[in-house]
Amino acid sequence: MLLFIIFCPIIAAIAILAGAPARRTALLASVFTFVVALLAFALFEKSPGGFQDVHSFTISADWGLNFAVGLDGLSLIMVLLAAIVTLAAVWFTGKIDKYENAFYACLLLISGGAIGAFASLDLFFFYAFHELALIPTFLLIGIWGSGNRSAAAWKITIYLALGSFILLIGLILLYQSVPVASRSFDIRALQAAAATGQIGAEAQRHVYLLLLVGFGILVSLFPFHSWAPEAYASAPAPAAMLHAGVLKKFGLYGLLRLAVPLLPEGARHWTSLLVVLLLGNIIYIGLVTIAQKRLDWMLGYSSVMHMGYIFLGIASANILGTSGAAILMFAHGLSIALLFAVAGEVRKRTDTLLFDDLGGLGKVMPFAGLAFGLGAFAAIGLPGFLNFASEAMIFFGAFQNGWEIERFHIFQLATVLGLWGVVVSAVYMLRAYRKVFMGTLGARCNNLVDLDGSLRLPITLLVAALLWFGFFPQSFVRIVAPAFQTYFSDNRPP
Amino acid sequence: MIPARNLEIAVLVLGMLVLLFEAFVERIDKRTLAFAAIGALTVVLIGTWFLEPGPALESATGFWSFYTADPLSIFFKRFALLTTIVVLVMMIDYAPVLRSSAGATSQSGLGEFFALPIFTCAGLMYIVSAIDFVMIFVSIELVTISFYVLVSFTRRNPTTLEAGVKYLVLSALSTAFLVYGITWIFGVTGETNLQRITTAFANPEIERGGALFGAVLVLVGLGFKIAAVPFQIWVPDVYQGAPTPVTAYLSVGSKAAGFVVLVRVLRPFMMLPQMERLLVLIALLTVIYGNLAALPQSNLKRLLAYSSIAHAGYLLIGVACLAGSAVIFYLVAYLLMTLLSFAVLIVVAQRAGEQISDFDGLAKRSPFLAFAMLIAMVSLAGVPFTAGFFGKFFIFYAAIAQRQTVLVVAGVVTVACGFYYYLKVVRAMYWQVPTSEEKIPVNALSRATMSALIVATIWLGIYPWPILEALKR
Repeated sequence: MLLFIIFCPIIAAIAILAGAPARRTALLASVFTFVVALLAFALFEKSPGGFQDVHSFTISADWGLNFAVGLDGLSLIMVLLAAIVTLAAVWFTGKIDKYENAFYACLLLISGGAIGAFASLDLFFFYAFHELALIPTFLLIGIWGSGNRSAAAWKITIYLALGSFILLIGLILLYQSVPVASRSFDIRALQAAAATGQIGAEAQRHVYLLLLVGFGILVSLFPFHSWAPEAYASAPAPAAMLHAGVLKKFGLYGLLRLAVPLLPEGARHWTSLLVVLLLGNIIYIGLVTIAQKRLDWMLGYSSVMHMGYIFLGIASANILGTSGAAILMFAHGLSIALLFAVAGEVRKRTDTLLFDDLGGLGKVMPFAGLAFGLGAFAAIGLPGFLNFASEAMIFFGAFQNGWEIERFHIFQLATVLGLWGVVVSAVYMLRAYRKVFMGTLGARCNNLVDLDGSLRLPITLLVAALLWFGFFPQSFVRIVAPAFQTYFSDNRPP
Repeated sequence: MIPARNLEIAVLVLGMLVLLFEAFVERIDKRTLAFAAIGALTVVLIGTWFLEPGPALESATGFWSFYTADPLSIFFKRFALLTTIVVLVMMIDYAPVLRSSAGATSQSGLGEFFALPIFTCAGLMYIVSAIDFVMIFVSIELVTISFYVLVSFTRRNPTTLEAGVKYLVLSALSTAFLVYGITWIFGVTGETNLQRITTAFANPEIERGGALFGAVLVLVGLGFKIAAVPFQIWVPDVYQGAPTPVTAYLSVGSKAAGFVVLVRVLRPFMMLPQMERLLVLIALLTVIYGNLAALPQSNLKRLLAYSSIAHAGYLLIGVACLAGSAVIFYLVAYLLMTLLSFAVLIVVAQRAGEQISDFDGLAKRSPFLAFAMLIAMVSLAGVPFTAGFFGKFFIFYAAIAQRQTVLVVAGVVTVACGFYYYLKVVRAMYWQVPTSEEKIPVNALSRATMSALIVATIWLGIYPWPILEALKR
């Protein structure tokens, strides 16, 4: 089942490149992926930790390298997120003027790469699957992008290439820091080695720093964030949905999957650095977001800002915080995809995303207005949306962490400062909503048609998922929390 | 079972036969000679799987103290044969250019053009087997002299002539360094056989300074062959000026041979700590210079010349970290992706040109060529699921294991540089508007060769272990 979810998009991409009808094949593949992912979610056994649905093929016994995939609670929700956003993004892709087949193939390759990375139990394939998405991203922005697409495509590609090679160095160092006898690329074997204390404290510090910088570049951790808003502003809407919604989560997923269980000592050593950087994300980028004059740049910066909360959850190092981080990854992926989808449609119709040129769109495009409003509320973290539940968990988790330097409770201070981020995001989201959808009708905004039926479906899908899990977050917590229980035994399960 | 030395003899005889046919048979289309040579080299290539093992290095006497048939050398004999076959395929594509150069008749010199690479191939096969400085010197000369002619083959073109002269002068200079280094080493140890030199070094009374001086001179000589900084000055001009198939041959064949010799020669000298520091320094300079100088290039052939310097740098990182199998895997990956990019370049250059801007909109004009170039470029850049990634992976693995922090940092930063200039070609092909709508045809043989190279690049990017296994035995 899991192998099907991973390879369905990749095989469909190859088929499309070979000449299969692009839209029909892509849609069919993403519907199948989505249905099977839902099935996997329904059949997942909640109680035990550890990995389910494991498939493993030996590639090289000498190097301890296997092609191994499997799901635990954390990877399950990420795979589900990827399947939902892929379906929405493919559905949202309208008529493409040039190289239509290549466009759909690139989208599906990104999706397949992300799903493969989330499901991999092997460091090597974990890394390689993520890289699979790099060149399609470059092509998507470069060929079909808008605005200063060339510069944006270079920036994201070189940034991400640098980040992933730093990550690669970190992963190799991690592999080599285990004694020769038990060296393996298998994450489970590494976890076993870490549990018996085979990874030395000094090695942990080095590896953690490399992973933090490498993953940090991929997730746009402050100050490595400058590629993100530019790339998302230039990318075609489906590409921005997939990248900001799913692929970017790879870095956070990597920290939760590797740094938390394998490098507790490294994490402790660098906590203060991480807390400072994540406050940079929340406060500094939050203020930068308020200053934006274009909707797409604002959305790009807001997605950078929200990464700060997830980092706060990861840094808090207890079950409550990390589970909250995992669930916020899911919630943020859905809400940012929704916002980018609506913004893309607005750009298609008005040819501008400058706040000054827009206004009053709510009158002519009521459905788009409703969808954007719901997405904005979710992003702010209003109760009822999954974002609220997960942000609350993160804040409680972070506050609970009693780590102090000279009686100075760094986490409680960070939580208090981070809470202001909610206010900041309310300011920019509501301001954007007012400027785009309320007020007098802008000059270019006459005679616009609202989103038609076929575009309403993916939006309904995204909103429904946000609301459903927002009202029943416990169904997620039960799945995710066991994935962390073994590492933080000193905390009560939530 | 065939004795190993018969392989080289067969290749030499083949080369002479091609020359004889060229001289005495006038009526045929000379391209038939190339097809025949490709067929015969394929037979020799198959023959490499049926070799008699030679005696062990320690007990070798007579001929076998010059020549070895160890797994490394057999592996690289196959490598040389394969390269030569692909280069001959490219040369068939390139034949119209030779014919069209001013003052040439339709057949002039074609036969020689096909015969010379065969002699080079024999030279490469001797180099990889050479375990004695005399043998190393002689076989390097065989390769170099045939390259003198090949590089300046389209001699009526002034840039080619310039390339030929530069290659001749600088190559001769490097040979002088090599010989001088060999004499110093011989003077100190009294031996030219690498195995016996190693034994001689075990003697504490040996004059270390003289040996080190000799080794450095040898390193200078080989540095020219593999295009390591600061001996890379000839590379851009020669690569750009030479006929494109020859450039491909230079950048793959002669580089690979240089590295095999380097790995063999350095083995006795690596016990001197100064040697390792020197190698680290050269590797560092080479990756940085190659990658930075490639950034502003607008001519694809020149870009590939700088990229070959950059790759020499990554290979030197492997050599400095004593990672023999990583170096060899990288060479194989380099062979595949470089030959693939040159094969596409030759076809496109005849219709459009060698500038990167001539590749604009290639995806519209020939989707197959554009895809082949895409694979070559992402592999050169080092994206996973291509051979180039595993090459870099093993090199970095070795560098991290040796704790060569400086080399790792330089490597990572320059890899990011590489993404820029390799993807520049991808950008031209996929998102620039084509200057002409004319389709670019590809003949069946080239198409088959390119497809094979694409498949091999991706296959080694997913499953590289057969190469590593082949080296272990």
